[in-house]
Amino acid sequence: MIELQDVNKWYGSYHALVDISETIRKGEVVVVCGPSGSGKSTLIRTFNRLEPIQSGRILIDGQDIHAPGTDVNAFRSRIGFVFQQFNLFPHLTVLQNCTMAPMQLRGLSRKEADERAMGLLQRVGLAGKANAWPSELSGGQQQRVAIARALAMQPPLMLFDEPTSALDPEMVGEVLLVMRDLTRDGMTMVCVTHEMGFAREVADRVLFMDEGKVLERATPDDFFNRPQHPRAQQFLSDIRSPFARGA
Amino acid sequence: MLEIIHDYWVYFLIGQYPNGPLGGLVLTLLLASCGLVLALPLGIVLGLARVSPWRWLRWPVTGFVFVVRGLPLLMVIFWAYFFLPSVTGVKTDQFTTMLIALVVFDAAYLAEIVRAGIQGLPRGQMETARALGLDYGRAMRLVVLPQALRSMLPSLVNQFVSTIKETSLGYIIGLAEVSFIATQINTQVFTKPAQIYLILGLTYFILCFGLSRFAYWLEGRLARRGMATASSVSAPKVSA
Amino acid sequence: MPLFDYSLLLTGKYHDMLVAGLWLSLQLLAASLVLALPIALVVALLRLSPLAPLRWLGFAYVETIRNIPLLAHMLFWYFGAPELLPEGIKQWLYAGHIEAYSAIIALSLYTAAFMAEDIRSGIRAIPAVQFEAGRALGFGFLGTMRRVVLPQALRVTVPPLISQTLSLWKNTSIATVIGVAELMYQAGQVESATFRSFESFAFASAAYLTVSLAITGLATWYHHRFPVRTI
Repeated sequence: MIELQDVNKWYGSYHALVDISETIRKGEVVVVCGPSGSGKSTLIRTFNRLEPIQSGRILIDGQDIHAPGTDVNAFRSRIGFVFQQFNLFPHLTVLQNCTMAPMQLRGLSRKEADERAMGLLQRVGLAGKANAWPSELSGGQQQRVAIARALAMQPPLMLFDEPTSALDPEMVGEVLLVMRDLTRDGMTMVCVTHEMGFAREVADRVLFMDEGKVLERATPDDFFNRPQHPRAQQFLSDIRSPFARGA
Repeated sequence: MLEIIHDYWVYFLIGQYPNGPLGGLVLTLLLASCGLVLALPLGIVLGLARVSPWRWLRWPVTGFVFVVRGLPLLMVIFWAYFFLPSVTGVKTDQFTTMLIALVVFDAAYLAEIVRAGIQGLPRGQMETARALGLDYGRAMRLVVLPQALRSMLPSLVNQFVSTIKETSLGYIIGLAEVSFIATQINTQVFTKPAQIYLILGLTYFILCFGLSRFAYWLEGRLARRGMATASSVSAPKVSA
Repeated sequence: MPLFDYSLLLTGKYHDMLVAGLWLSLQLLAASLVLALPIALVVALLRLSPLAPLRWLGFAYVETIRNIPLLAHMLFWYFGAPELLPEGIKQWLYAGHIEAYSAIIALSLYTAAFMAEDIRSGIRAIPAVQFEAGRALGFGFLGTMRRVVLPQALRVTVPPLISQTLSLWKNTSIATVIGVAELMYQAGQVESATFRSFESFAFASAAYLTVSLAITGLATWYHHRFPVRTI
């Protein structure tokens, strides 16, 4: 479904993404992890061209999204993107947040959009908050609405950029549950996250990144129990025992 | 002082109407309202141009705003007064001249308020709208501008207060707004200038102070709704 | 008749009139600025005072002055205020440059009201914890103010004050209403004498813009040289 061919990206002279070539199949759930500054957020943001690339190609269902002259908006409406900072629209109610794009871009009537949105809000457990304002919701609730908003466009692909990193610990679980449910429906998902538990349980594959390169790709079982690359080993041991280094 | 008010309050309020053109306080309010109502769409357009990604649009507008903001309003009024008739071919009356000068002048200031409002929004809002598949135009119209305009409301009310004060400059071209009327009353009464101008000051004060309190209340209400305002300061205060 | 008569602007009687007007405008700017700053400082301190009546006094000053247009201030100080003075002083004033004095008083008081608010905001913009940190290190109230709060407040306050100076510059044009022979007045005089409205207003506009540009440039330079450093 997604194919990256020799993707390179620079911020000025800083080489942010180095010769990335990957394939993500339809229905796969891929988790991208790695230390801060490894380029994982940058990578996922190139998938829907929120970040440009300087060389290489990114093919979504066979079409290069970065080619000049491509209709980026058409692409983006078929890719769901969930941000770390939720970014709900504060001037619209929860329901309106979810109906806006389908009405504008898919031509749904108010009634159809409302029905679809209510169904999704039900699915994420927030049907009762449909007429609330985003500022009245907790972080976890806002993020679940953000997921419903992305799903309202019925995208075949969902991208998550550190969806739980901005949440207080007790709210992380409710968001991960929603995400796990999506995978059970066969959704193709790429998720940048620090939540290793989620990766172990739900992912089909883990991509480990550091310094702009994909250093290891493995099944969760292989990655967590038998990491090959020394950087991956270092990363996992840092997570497990933060005080072990430099004793 | 009371006799002056008693004798002249109607003249002060509406000028020579209906025996002449409308004047006085009513004219001041009418001029200020029309001025702001007309300046606002122009200001929004200029503000959008100031933040637009297209240089050919951004630079001329920035230049225009810079020039208008670097000149006194009086200068803009003089330009309008002396050159509008030759440009339009019609002998424009004082009200229209003043209105056009106000609209042009205020639009330049509103452009900066709009720009601040748009740029004050978290960057994620535009990005999220684009990520959903909305194009730049729709993202602006449906997501960025509604929020920016709401956050600008207190600044807009303050701008209205400024516009009311700006109408006083119509005095120079003989427009019968309230300051001009006060001077007319003064030439008739002649012996009590201090009282007359105090009444003038009091009138402006009640009007403008009332409006600026309203703006202050608006800002508080917006802050409670969880929306940033274009002028809000985020740091806690030092008490002396 | 030539389309744009440069000679009018560069030499001769009318040129001299315009330049004299510009010079007077600059003098009004300087005099009002020098008076406004101390008044603004006093009013700002009043507004920050721990004593409620003083705070109210500062508030009353700011709100009264700010909500009345500068034109009305000028009219009051020129037509109204002198009548309230004793006869002797009144005669002396009328013999001298009463228009200019009235204009300077009006401009100073008006500008001071706005500057007071900027100074107050500048001091308030320094987070309270800075003051606490200074006290925690052992400095007294004044010592903390002098070493910790005010140096930071200064950097925050100067740019808005420069912006007010820009407004003051533009406001000097309103003195024309009470007959002060500054730039705007002279431009009008030249226009009615020669009917060359375009040239005289172009000169005046260019003069206003040049000084505005210089003031704005000063603000940019200050911001560059003394940036506000926050954590």
